[in-house]
Amino acid sequence: MNPRIVSALVLRYLYLYGRTPMRLVELIFWPIVELLIWGYLGMYLQEHAGSKVPTIVGHLLGGIILWDVIFRAQQGVAISFLEDVWTRNLLNVFVAPVRNMEYLTATFIIGFFRILVTVTMLSVISFSSFQFNVFEMNWAIVPFFGNLLVTGWALGMISTALILRWGQAAESLAWAVPFFIQPFTAVVYPVKQITPVWVQWLSLALPSTHVFEGMREVLSEHTFNWSHFYWACGLNVVFLGVAGWIFSSTLNATRKRGLLTKFATQ
Amino acid sequence: MSAADREVILEANDLTREFDGVTVLDRFNFKLHKGEVLGLLGANGAGKTTAMNMLLGLTTPTSGAIRAFGMDFVKHRLEVLKRANFSSAYTSLPSNLLVWQNLTVFAKIYGVPNVKQKITELLELFEIADLRKRVTGQLSAGESTRLNLCKALLNDPELLLLDEPTASLDPDIADKVRKTIRKVQKERGISILYTSHLMKDIEEVCDRVIFLHKGKIVAEGTPEEIVKKSDAASLEEVFIKIARSGEVEAAPASN
Repeated sequence: MNPRIVSALVLRYLYLYGRTPMRLVELIFWPIVELLIWGYLGMYLQEHAGSKVPTIVGHLLGGIILWDVIFRAQQGVAISFLEDVWTRNLLNVFVAPVRNMEYLTATFIIGFFRILVTVTMLSVISFSSFQFNVFEMNWAIVPFFGNLLVTGWALGMISTALILRWGQAAESLAWAVPFFIQPFTAVVYPVKQITPVWVQWLSLALPSTHVFEGMREVLSEHTFNWSHFYWACGLNVVFLGVAGWIFSSTLNATRKRGLLTKFATQ
Repeated sequence: MSAADREVILEANDLTREFDGVTVLDRFNFKLHKGEVLGLLGANGAGKTTAMNMLLGLTTPTSGAIRAFGMDFVKHRLEVLKRANFSSAYTSLPSNLLVWQNLTVFAKIYGVPNVKQKITELLELFEIADLRKRVTGQLSAGESTRLNLCKALLNDPELLLLDEPTASLDPDIADKVRKTIRKVQKERGISILYTSHLMKDIEEVCDRVIFLHKGKIVAEGTPEEIVKKSDAASLEEVFIKIARSGEVEAAPASN
């Protein structure tokens, strides 16, 4: 992998964000709306349930902020790819000496930048409006963040592969794919709430579920559950490998079917 | 030294492509020599875009092989692409970036030294230096085409694939673009594979042409040779004849 090529591709996206600051609005607007809704709901529930649910605001806001790590990482990959499709630049990139891995790494880095913008903003608002400090999680935030970043990248590769497979008609998948797993990954409620019970096994097969479960333990009991951490890491290795394979094989199939050019110039 | 004695830069051997059982390119063979401009001609659906896409690695051949710079293209795709470049009327650089930003990104991808100087040189060569700070999406078709050509020359390619570079240009700009391409090609000894529907382009730019019809080569030679062989008045007449009948030879006179 050539760092010069990766940095050139990252530069292209940075120029894009610099030129069109309105794109930054989507990194801030929807996450803030969501944070406010869940924050106010949490405060309402806590006020009426009293001491029975003392950490509900923290659970909801922590879940929402960490969910945005997945979503922004996924968007970093999928939207960066779509930017090249929309601007009919994809062919220029594919006929340049760029490896698939270099292209993907650049989108991973952009995903990371997007997360930094969103999570910083959400952390400031959640602290100032709801007195929830995301750093209550202490150092645990680092492995949580890291694992969700990888899950988001994997989902980004799968979204991109689906768009490659089905063409621009399927571009709404760039936004939809993370929400396929959201109900089952226990973002704002524990896995035990998910029914029927067999779906809980499906839920536990997602790396992100272990992060959200782990987050609740840190916030409620101030203990870091290493078992969840190991499960999240192991499952992420599998997820990333499978997503990378899906992306590469879809790209190769698109080339074999001769659809890449049509797709990139339509 | 004749063209045939020169180093072969790009060659296709029995290149075939089928889509859903239909053969759109049938055992396509050609050699592009160093410093040569080879035109690929044919009506819509003749197979030239498919050939171009396979030569760029965008479409996988059903069978056959491509060699570039003496290397197997599939195995050495990246090495080949470092020494080649491409411009098409059907692609564009990101419309929301400034001209210099787009060129900077691609210059860095290709590892061009002295990026600023190179960009200035190329913009001046194509007479669009004043557009350096313009938004790419606001360029006219002619300006955009010239910007694409600047991108295509950033890495001083030894091999250039140009897909209808003068499509949708007015005669004045098309003439300027043709002359600039020819000038740069001669100065730098670039080998060019060129597709166009404009016979003026082909006559002015190409040393040799290949006519494709329904995926097969039906004529090959210099533009003059082909015109003479088909007993036509111009290359355009040959084009029309091939597009309608698939034949290049003059039909025997009927009583």
